[in-house]
Amino acid sequence: MASINWFKYASPVTFFPLAGRLIPWFAWMAAILAAIGLYVGLVVAPTDFQQGDAYRIIFIHVPTAWLSMFLYVVMAIWSALALGFNTRVSAMMAQAIAPTGALMTFIALWTGAFWGRPTWGTYWAWDARMTSELILLFLYLGVIALRNAIDDPRRADRACGVLSLVGVVNVPIIYFSVKWWNTLHQGSSISMTAAPKMAAIMVSGMLIMSFAAWFYSIAVVLARVRTIMIDRERGAAWVGNLAEVKNA
Amino acid sequence: MTLKPRHRRFLWIGAGVLVLAGAVSLVLNAFQSNLVFFFSPTDIVENRAPQGRAFRIGGLVEERSVKRESDGLTVRFNVTDTAKTVPVVYTGILPDLFKEGKGVVAQGKLGPDGAFHATEVLAKHDENYMPPAAAEALAKAQGRMADNRAVLDQAAKSFKP
Repeated sequence: MASINWFKYASPVTFFPLAGRLIPWFAWMAAILAAIGLYVGLVVAPTDFQQGDAYRIIFIHVPTAWLSMFLYVVMAIWSALALGFNTRVSAMMAQAIAPTGALMTFIALWTGAFWGRPTWGTYWAWDARMTSELILLFLYLGVIALRNAIDDPRRADRACGVLSLVGVVNVPIIYFSVKWWNTLHQGSSISMTAAPKMAAIMVSGMLIMSFAAWFYSIAVVLARVRTIMIDRERGAAWVGNLAEVKNA
Repeated sequence: MTLKPRHRRFLWIGAGVLVLAGAVSLVLNAFQSNLVFFFSPTDIVENRAPQGRAFRIGGLVEERSVKRESDGLTVRFNVTDTAKTVPVVYTGILPDLFKEGKGVVAQGKLGPDGAFHATEVLAKHDENYMPPAAAEALAKAQGRMADNRAVLDQAAKSFKP
């Protein structure tokens, strides 16, 4: 059985060019899928029987909300790997994910507010789903702030890693909040265990947009991790030998 | 048994996350009642809702219960969880999705008259999305099922001695 030596890419020297090669693929996939997804969502999909056209916010709201939770879990996993293996790239990946996760959380909250106003009659309510998602935004901002507060990057890695791991308990709370408590927010339309409670064309628009958001996040995180690598390893020989650095 | 340092670190990380998850679940369990966004009509009828302070009631707007008063702004309707029903009075503008048979969450206080005096009414919609034509077809099919059931009931009755 052929095995891949994953530790080969645990060093910035090998991960940097790999990330550079992957970025255009993910960026183009994100752009193409977003174009298809928006077309399906805004043109092909029919209006909703009770919400009219207001429901179309779902094509932005749900993908970003999913990503906000998923990215946090990925950040926590990288943090755990960084704490356990003491690998530099893991910590840098965790660092690179935080701003994109915060952006996704912010978009989910923002679009949710503008969806809530015409349907529920309010921008905001302190129900369990919305409050726990707001806590997620504060967790992302907390991780970013903590990183900036500590000068030594290795110490910052450890502190942010612990905070990320502590915060990961919030993710299942967000996901199951609509099941566990009475909330103003409706339950999940899509779940692993039941048939979708949406027309098929609406589901496909939402899934395409989710993949677009996913690929966008990968492309942006890889681009960000490259700048983090150059910044944190600026004294190292391999950075000095990079064509991008030499010609700058 | 000796462990490699990195395996020991992973064990500590895993144990830490587990302990934390346990603590959080205990805290959430203790807060259960405080995290409730609204109370159902059954809660209110059985005096489980807070007395003398504002809270939220949630349920379905009972069919054919919405009545507007002559001032054009005051609305009376019943909120039901299909077991119990509580009358609600509200003066103000209702959200677009406010409809009989649909979900509603209202904030306010219980009055001495037994009615819930709402200061804010929000519509709570469900997680079903479909085109209007599909919704119509579904309603028709359900209507047919109800008709069929009525016919069967009738037939069953006629067989009784």
